[in-house]
Amino acid sequence: MSLFKDNLVLQAAGLTKIYGSGHTEVVAVRDVTVEVNRSEIVALLGPSGAGKTTLLTLLGLIRPPNTGRIAIEGTLVFDNHRAKVDVRRFRRQKLGFVFQKTNLIPFLTAAENVRLAMEIDDQRPKVSRKRAMELLEYLGVAERAENLPSMLSGGEQQRVAVARALANRPSLILADEPTGSLDGVRGRQVMELFAKVAHEQNAGVIVVTHDHRALDVFDRTLEMEDGQLRKSHN
Amino acid sequence: MNLATKDIKHNFGRFSLTSAGIGLLLMVVMGMGGIYRGLVEDATTLVERIGADLWVVQKDTRGPFAEISRIPRDLEDRVLPVPGVKSAHGFVSHTVQRVYKGKPLRLTIQGLSWPLDKGLWLPITAGRGLSQAHYELVADKSSRLQVGDNLALGKEIFTVKGLTKGMTSQAGDSMAFMTLDDAKAVQFDLSPESIRIERAARVNRLFDIELGQIQPQMSERAGGPNSGIPALGTFMISAVLVRVKPGYNIEAVAKQIAAWPDVSVYTKDGQKQLLLTGNVDRARRQLGLFRVLLIIVSAIIMALILYTLTLDKLHDIAMLKLIGAKNSVILGLIMQQAILLGCIGFCIAYFLGQWIFPYFPRRVVLVRSDLYSLAIIVFVISILASLLGIWRAMRADPGEVLA
Repeated sequence: MSLFKDNLVLQAAGLTKIYGSGHTEVVAVRDVTVEVNRSEIVALLGPSGAGKTTLLTLLGLIRPPNTGRIAIEGTLVFDNHRAKVDVRRFRRQKLGFVFQKTNLIPFLTAAENVRLAMEIDDQRPKVSRKRAMELLEYLGVAERAENLPSMLSGGEQQRVAVARALANRPSLILADEPTGSLDGVRGRQVMELFAKVAHEQNAGVIVVTHDHRALDVFDRTLEMEDGQLRKSHN
Repeated sequence: MNLATKDIKHNFGRFSLTSAGIGLLLMVVMGMGGIYRGLVEDATTLVERIGADLWVVQKDTRGPFAEISRIPRDLEDRVLPVPGVKSAHGFVSHTVQRVYKGKPLRLTIQGLSWPLDKGLWLPITAGRGLSQAHYELVADKSSRLQVGDNLALGKEIFTVKGLTKGMTSQAGDSMAFMTLDDAKAVQFDLSPESIRIERAARVNRLFDIELGQIQPQMSERAGGPNSGIPALGTFMISAVLVRVKPGYNIEAVAKQIAAWPDVSVYTKDGQKQLLLTGNVDRARRQLGLFRVLLIIVSAIIMALILYTLTLDKLHDIAMLKLIGAKNSVILGLIMQQAILLGCIGFCIAYFLGQWIFPYFPRRVVLVRSDLYSLAIIVFVISILASLLGIWRAMRADPGEVLA
């Protein structure tokens, strides 16, 4: 079902997420509406407990919203809590994830971590090997392709994680505090990398961050508070 | 890309140690099965190898192994003329325990009907069989006796002339073969003082009855050697082993001899059945039960190991789910490791067992069909054991990665 304009990779409307019930009920996200265009990089800001990560789990199709609708590239994925497509396949093919902790598989080399994302989508090893090397080269860590994550620096690990997120040419990349464990210089480099990826790979990027020093690289910032989007700045 | 092998390669030390542990456990299971088979083989090996078609024993006994049987030696002569009987040999079996070179030595003595039976059927691996009527023996090498060793039994010194392999009794004692007369001499050996006391007692018993008072000169005979007293008869043996001529029906010959009122007759299979359902049955069932319990314990331990290995990878599994990996990828990761663990454990058990089992005090016999069965059981428990880990992995929440 095509609902949206061609340039939108994400449209989420009226998202609400409630945890618990009765007196333990917590409304983590309340009536949030978000749109992200292709080649757009958006920062999601807000204090701890504002609901940023919960919103990311909704937009990343990891958990269903209680109410609201989520569409990726014009396809309705969640209509309230009901999934309309194979969510896991959709995550595999349309979304890329980057986290504060890089979450690379520790027993796979950098190249294998990138290949894994493709091979779980049934891509042939020959194809995945070639693309993994291209991506690692694009992100400047090709020389570390055969190293295990434990042998890489924090910045290198984050680049490999970005390469993995890009492996299946996603429409939307979601990053949860990707610079949280990096120093200022490396943090900025990673943010610039996301901007580069958004513009060159034609993907929408949402970055949850606390780091206000690199906000200039974003096309737009959204601010959350108490589970609601308060402000939006261009 | 095979995630299971990549993970194993990365955690090689831990996986190797785990496999070794599983291997040792499976070796115990394998060994238990081998002991079970060894018990059966020990119980039946003599009956199988001695080549008798019929065992003639004391009436209404299940001798000579399951219970004591005593029959006169001249029964051989009565059996021989029965139509269809090719040969009839006396047989004696009893166990002795001596101290040899400072260590306890248990031997199950088998008396062979010399000169008809020189033990040519024995599986001799060193030396030779019996070549004279007295003072020679052939021992199983599990006794640790060597060719040329001299062993005091009764009042005589016996020289080990040959060694056999795999000839152990149902109790696991090494067998030793000597002539029937020597075996009897060893069995009924009495000290000179015992002989003197028995002879004096015989004289006293004689005077207690009327016969001694009427014929006092009989006291001289009563106080002499057994051989001078016709009333004592010939010495007793355990069984008579009968071979049936080709072309004769074994059952028919058995039926004919069994019609005599003083003996019972068992065929070779009947004798084996007596051994398996009698003496070794309880031990056999006990070992079987232990084996089943060990398999269950192995399955539980494997399940716990695999569950722990899965828990260690739970974050990675959540990550795999988050990036959209199909359940089959996660299931494959756990199940392949489980099967590999089982296979490597089985191989370790087999090769370690080949090395260690010969040093076990009891014979361990690994039968190919048992090994195949165990391999299938290990394969099945590997899969079953992985189910707990798979269940946990399937419950892993991809959202945990963001937490």
